[in-house]
Formats: sequence, C-alpha cells, structure tokens
Amino acid sequence: MTHRGSRVLHVGSLARVEGEGALHLTVDDGTVTGAELRIYEPPRFFEAFLRGRAYTEPPDITARVCGICPVAYQMSACRAVEDACGVTVGGQLAALRRLLYCGEWIESQILHIHLLHAPDFLGVDGAIELARTQRGHVERGLRIKQAGNAILEQLGGRAIHPVNVRLGGFHRIPAAGELKPLAERLRRARDDAWETVRWVAGFDFPEAGLDHTLLALAEPGRYAIDSGMPTVMASPGEHGIPAASTAPLPLRQFPVYAFPAEVTEKQVPHSTALQATLGGERYLTGSLARYAISGRWLSPLAQEAAREGGLGDPAAGKVCRNPFRSIVVRAVEALYAIDEALRIIDAYEPPSRPYVDVPPRAGTGHGATEAPRGLLYHRYTLDADGLITAATLVPPTSQNQAAIEDDLRRLVQSRLDAGVRDTEAELTALCERGIRNHDPCISCSAHFLDLTVEAVDRPRRSPPCP
Amino acid sequence: MSAPRPEGGRRPALAVFKLASCDGCQLTLLDCEDELLNVAERVEIAHFLEASSAVRPGPYDLALVEGSVTTPQDAQRIREIRAAARFLVTIGACATAGGIQALRNFADVEEFRATVYARPEYIATLATSTPVSAHVPVDFELRGCPIDRGQLLEVITAFLAGRKPDVPNHSVCFACKRRGTVCVTVAHGTPCLGPVTHAGCGAICPAYGRGCYGCFGPSGSVNLPALIPLLRRDGMSEDDVRRTLRTYNAASFAEVEGAPS
Ligand code: SF4
Ligand code: SF4
Repeated sequence: MTHRGSRVLHVGSLARVEGEGALHLTVDDGTVTGAELRIYEPPRFFEAFLRGRAYTEPPDITARVCGICPVAYQMSACRAVEDACGVTVGGQLAALRRLLYCGEWIESQILHIHLLHAPDFLGVDGAIELARTQRGHVERGLRIKQAGNAILEQLGGRAIHPVNVRLGGFHRIPAAGELKPLAERLRRARDDAWETVRWVAGFDFPEAGLDHTLLALAEPGRYAIDSGMPTVMASPGEHGIPAASTAPLPLRQFPVYAFPAEVTEKQVPHSTALQATLGGERYLTGSLARYAISGRWLSPLAQEAAREGGLGDPAAGKVCRNPFRSIVVRAVEALYAIDEALRIIDAYEPPSRPYVDVPPRAGTGHGATEAPRGLLYHRYTLDADGLITAATLVPPTSQNQAAIEDDLRRLVQSRLDAGVRDTEAELTALCERGIRNHDPCISCSAHFLDLTVEAVDRPRRSPPCP
Repeated sequence: MSAPRPEGGRRPALAVFKLASCDGCQLTLLDCEDELLNVAERVEIAHFLEASSAVRPGPYDLALVEGSVTTPQDAQRIREIRAAARFLVTIGACATAGGIQALRNFADVEEFRATVYARPEYIATLATSTPVSAHVPVDFELRGCPIDRGQLLEVITAFLAGRKPDVPNHSVCFACKRRGTVCVTVAHGTPCLGPVTHAGCGAICPAYGRGCYGCFGPSGSVNLPALIPLLRRDGMSEDDVRRTLRTYNAASFAEVEGAPS
C-alpha cells in the first residue's frame, strides 16, 4: 500500500471467529480515521421473546444464544433469576456449577487457542492445515478439548446446550465416586495443557500495548469464574503509565446490581452492535482483564505456568497488556480450569438434594459470571407468578467491541507511522489477527444488529457465499 | 436419495454455511475430536469460516447449512448456496425448523425490534424465521438443537459412501427404552415430550431425571392430541403446554399441533 493517501479496506467475512462479522477500515492521508468491526449476524430477539416465558426457562433458552459458551448463559441466567427470587446456591451444588463451568472454559479456551488463534502465529489458514505439519500440537489440543467436553457431557448431559442445569442446581447430581474416571482424564489433560502453555509462549509476539480500562469479576481467594464482584482496573493512559506496561493499577468495585448504572449501552448508526461503555469510556473484559485483576488468585500450578510462559509473576501483580500474548493467558487459564476441576472433584461429596427450591416472587434480579471471553451480565424482572416481564442480556463481545476497534486503529496506525508498506493482504491478515486476539463471539445476536445503511466501500475479497 | 460422487478421484468438497443461529451445530463438527482429522483427510474443506480462512467458491459436493432465514440477504444467500451445492443438508433445529428465533413468527416483529433496539430503523430483518426448506429444495434434514455428533458423522460418512444416512425417525421413547431408563412420566409423573419427539440425542433428559423438552422437534408419527391430556395430568397448565411446544422447534410443532397461532 502507499504510505499516504486515502483508502478503504474492507474484509468481507472474518474467518476463524465465532459468528459472522466484517471489518471496515478507513485511512485518510496516513491517519486511520475509522475502524469498524461490523457484526452482520442477524438479530435473534432473545430479550423480546423471553417476556411472557416462565422464570424457570431462561437457563435452557438463553443457552441457545451461543453454542460456544452455553454454560456461561445458563449460569448467568440462574444467578439472575435466583437473585430475583432471593435464593443463593452454595456448598457442593455451587461447586458442581463451577465444575461444569470449568468444562466450558477448558473446551472453549483450547478451541480458541488451537483451532482459531495459533494458526495466526504459524502462518497457516487453520488447524486442519496446521495438522499437516504439526499434527502433534493439534492432536494434543483436541485431547484437552475432549477432556473439557467430557466434564460437560457427564455433568451436563451433552457438550453443547447441556440439559442438566436448572434453577437451584441440577436435575441429577453425580453419586460419590462417579466423577473419579473424569479425574484420571483431567490429570492427563493437565500435563497436556502445560505443554500448550510452553508451545504458545514460544510464538513470535509483535510489540503492542493496550490502555483500555479493564473489567472482570473478582472475589478474594479464588480466580473468578462463576461469581464475584465487578471490578474495574483503571487504564494506564490516565496514570502516565505506558500502554504495554505490566504494572497493576488502582481497582474499583461495584455490586452486580449497579451494572446498569455503571455500564451504558448505546446504539450508534456507524457501529454494528450495541456498544457498551463504562461511564462513557471504552473497556475490555475477558482473559486479559481477568488475569490483570485476579492473577494472584490462580492456583500455584497455574502461576508457575504463567511465569514460565513469560507473563511475569502474577503473585507480584504483573499484568499482561500485549493483546497478542492473550493466547498465553488463555493457555494459563485453561490449565487453571483443569486444576480447579480436579480440586472440585477431589473434594466432592454428594449433597442431600440435587437442587434447592426457588419459589417465584415479583422483583428484578441481576447475575454476572465470567464467560471464557468475558463478563456476561443478565437481568430479569418477574411478576408474582414468575412470568418474565423484562429481560436484558449483555454479552462480552458487545462490551469489548469499542476496545477491539481501538486496537485495530492502533495496530494499523503504528504500521503507517513506522513507514511499513503493507500490501492489502498483509494488512487484512494483521487486522484479522488483532480481532482474534480478543476471541470475539459474535453469535450473541441477542443484542447485535445488522446495518441496513452501508458505508461506501470497495470490497477487496469475495463475499462469503459462492 | 443418492449421494453425488465427484469425478476423477478428487476429494469431495465440503462447505459449511451459517445463517441465523448460535454456531452450536457447526461447532458439533469441531467437537468430533476423534474423527475430525480423519474427516478432514477424506474431504476438501472448501468453505468453513469457523475453522479456516482458506475459502474457495463453489461448486461444492456437500453443503451443510446451519441457521434459519431471517433477513432478505439470507433468503438470497441460501439460493446461491443451493445453486453451488450438489447436495444440501440442513443441520439443526434452526435450519430445519426455523429455530428458537421462529418465536417471532407468533409475535409482532416491529414490537420486538423496538424492544431490543433504541433505533429499530437500523435493523434489517424479516417478520419470520423460516427453515431452509421453505426457500430451496433440501436433500436431507438433520434434527436437533444442537444436532448429535454421531448422527452428523453418519450423514457425512453416508454421503462419502454414496448411501442413505441411517437416521431413524422414531421417538425419544424408543431410545429411552433402549438405554434402559425408567420412564420419568410413569415413575415420577414428570411431564415429558419424549413420545412425540424425534430420536437422535440418545434420550439424554430422562436419563438425567427430567422430561424431554422437545429439542429435536416432532418425530415421524406424532400423536400430540393423545399426549396433551397426559401433560396436563402431570401438572402443566395450558400455557405451559403451549410454551413448551413453542420453543426450539416452534414452527414444526405448531404444524403438527394444527393450532392457530
Ligand atoms: S439448532 Fe440450536 S444448536 Fe443448532 S444452531 Fe440453532 S440454536 Fe444453535
Ligand atoms: S429435550 Fe428431548 S430431544 Fe432434546 S436432549 Fe432432551 S431428551 Fe433429547
């Protein structure tokens, strides 16, 4: 490409992401003036048709928002409805929920690492191409993924849209000892996951930094997955700390019920999704945010892997602000989820009942959990009979969208400033990598829109259909 | 049904497309961990955006389509996919029966649009969510929300072998008996759609102590009028029954229900 001059880059169909999206980039006289991640996933109206459904239905129904992280939807839905009904699920039932969620974390993080993200670092089109030259790495990934799926299948009934989750707990809980065979498999997966950390840590990482505010759940004593309080880490820019710095910054917390007051969602004509901001500021949620905010609560094993993987010492509060290294953070999180699943299985004793009763009552409830790709918030209002009168779902990708766009703007700008003359194809590949760094899941069309007004563009790639 | 055989000994070209959906059905293919690499060796993966950036235009020997038609663009796109595919298989409740997003078919989409979006005028959507077969001829429909991994492999293998997929049309009850699960309706009075739901999942729900909620859609010979009094006896109100039938396969259960919307 020429260094100066105006141009429009349009990537018609993003590959190796979940869901469907496109990227639109405008460069005007050497300055990136627009970076739009377009979500052209058709809207599916979940929030609208949940109204009038029974309060017991959101866990099964909202699972269908996303086939990649159905458990995240089930868990946020349960928390929100139980909150509305004034019920808290604790003890072994809560531990089993966390175990199920670990299964999803393992499956989803490993899928992203091996099948979607690693090919970027190795210059191939996908995992199947990768398997031709590095079959061992792909097979190892598939083995770990299978161990995650085994948890989902045993505890949830199946890996996609598990059937065993209900308000208050489960339909059926495992008998004592029933989870032991799973543990054997997870122990092998733990070794494999450690190998994966080593493998991805050896990739070549471009220099990059991010100065977004970070948002993740946090709770003292353990790495937040299924519960915790929304916690904000300030952005480095405001404190004179460079974007790539690994220094921690001040934290601020707010209760889950304050989410609607803290996070505003806005529909803008030139964006393709409802964009969320924290008090008007863009922010990032997901692996990088969780690791920055809760890194010191990782298990000793996962902390060791983080150090060996070049992320610095999470116990000393080191954070990772290079989005390309998110693949290493994900690998550490996958290892943690395996370790945590083993801990839960070891300590498991069947509770006396598979669920606690959740009687309906009128009110509004809030629930947030950590989906693999970031904080997932649900809110439901119920009437006295337990019928839903209003529902709101805020998926991680809609929260991350502004931050992803900013990353892309920054990535391309830094190339222009350095005088690098990228070809169209190189620039496209770079932007696709920038997007995959954040593992966006754009199937969550509960809340995404399809833009009818298209900006003028010159498609440079064949459209997705034949 | 007869599967096409590509000439000249080349590997058959497989394409995977997505319309309005959750990605779960195409993810099922990536969840075939033990078989994935073998399948990939036997076919040419010509278009599968979730798995590879390398895509090529048609023609394709086998196109798997996930998701339902909910926008004017997708109505056009499915015609183009059909034209490029020798053999078109729909995967999942969305592509086969309109999916959960077909709940809009019973409501006012304008109102839905205004509920979810502050600026509804930016949203392009159809008033209905329809299965692929409402738009183009389909060679085979695989049911389930999500589809079953084993059935998906059977369909792909059958296609590669040039034979008919062995996907039985009987109800979940059969699978329950085969699995040796005690009937939840008989033993616990739990309402269950098993008698009218298409088999394929392996009768998971009853094995986990809950009634089937119909995620595979209606089975071949459905006698809903006989089941409804049973559901009522086991404690479901009329509204509960209607809601349950109208969820993941709303459109197709409504068809056999014969009830006006
Ligand atoms: S049928 Fe169900 S699992 Fe398959 S894509 Fe549709 S919503 Fe997802
Ligand atoms: S709802 Fe019915 S068809 Fe679906 S998994 Fe459960 S038993 Fe199988």
